Amino acid sequence: MNIVNEMNLNFKSRSSNESFARATVSAFVLCLDPTIAELSDIKTAVSEAVTNCIVHAYPDTIGTIYINVKITDSNKIIIKIRDTGIGIKNIKQAMEPLFTTSSDERAGLGFAVMQSFMDNIKVRSKENKGTTVTMEKTLYRTSYDKR
Amino acid sequence: MVETKFSDNVLTAKLYGEIDHHKAPAIRQKIDGQTENLRPKELHLDFSGVSFMDSSGIGLIMGRYRQVSLIGGKLKVINVPKNLQKIISLSGIDSLGVLK
Ligand SMILES: Nc1ncnc2c1ncn2[C@@H]1O[C@H](COP(=O)(O)OP(=O)(O)OP(=O)(O)O)[C@@H](O)[C@H]1O
Ligand SMILES: [Mg+2]
Repeated sequence: MNIVNEMNLNFKSRSSNESFARATVSAFVLCLDPTIAELSDIKTAVSEAVTNCIVHAYPDTIGTIYINVKITDSNKIIIKIRDTGIGIKNIKQAMEPLFTTSSDERAGLGFAVMQSFMDNIKVRSKENKGTTVTMEKTLYRTSYDKR
Repeated sequence: MVETKFSDNVLTAKLYGEIDHHKAPAIRQKIDGQTENLRPKELHLDFSGVSFMDSSGIGLIMGRYRQVSLIGGKLKVINVPKNLQKIISLSGIDSLGVLK
């Protein structure tokens, strides 16, 4: 597996950046000629992970969100979304559908969406250090235009 | 973002564009304000103009379901575009009987 393309993006945890982040990642992966459904899945998963950083990782502060996207020669997209916020105590519990620690109108479905819209997801977290969510999706058709 | 219309005791809220955590609060405020004032028998959320939605949109639907139930009204979610059906079905809101 070779990485044929890669990009990094850092931005402040302002809610207005949610649309910026998902649009930017989706623009980057356009070179793989994804289907509309695949692109919609990726946008939604990125929106979930970025929103979690804004809402949960940095609840009362503005922090930085780091996104790294890699594309492999086998049409796999690897998206890493990282924060240096409060971290997750119990990852297994956090990933259960409908679980939320928020008192707002949250459905507790963010991780369930990431899990079902991407091929797989890995979550690493340390309390008061931060959280990294890594998601992968292999696109169905095409081969990467390496130019 | 959201346009509302009231007739025959039905409050229809037509949603536009992308619904995420950034956009949801303004939509929620407008719909809840009108729901409180007009006390409709039914609240219809029209999704025909929505191009993107994440789980914040699901929270928005579930929250309006609670709000309108409080005043004895019913919620209907109408005109869900094809591209939103995946997240709608994952959310299980179908089991509330609100999808039309
Ligand atoms: N980056 C993060 N930092 C700290 N805690 C997190 C982070 N991401 C998720 N969590 C925790 O995991 C829980 C579940 O996250 P998930 O996205 O599934 O649901 P939610 O964000 O609460 O609701 P929804 O995504 O439906 O709006 C959150 O309530 C929060 O406690
Ligand atoms: Mg979430």
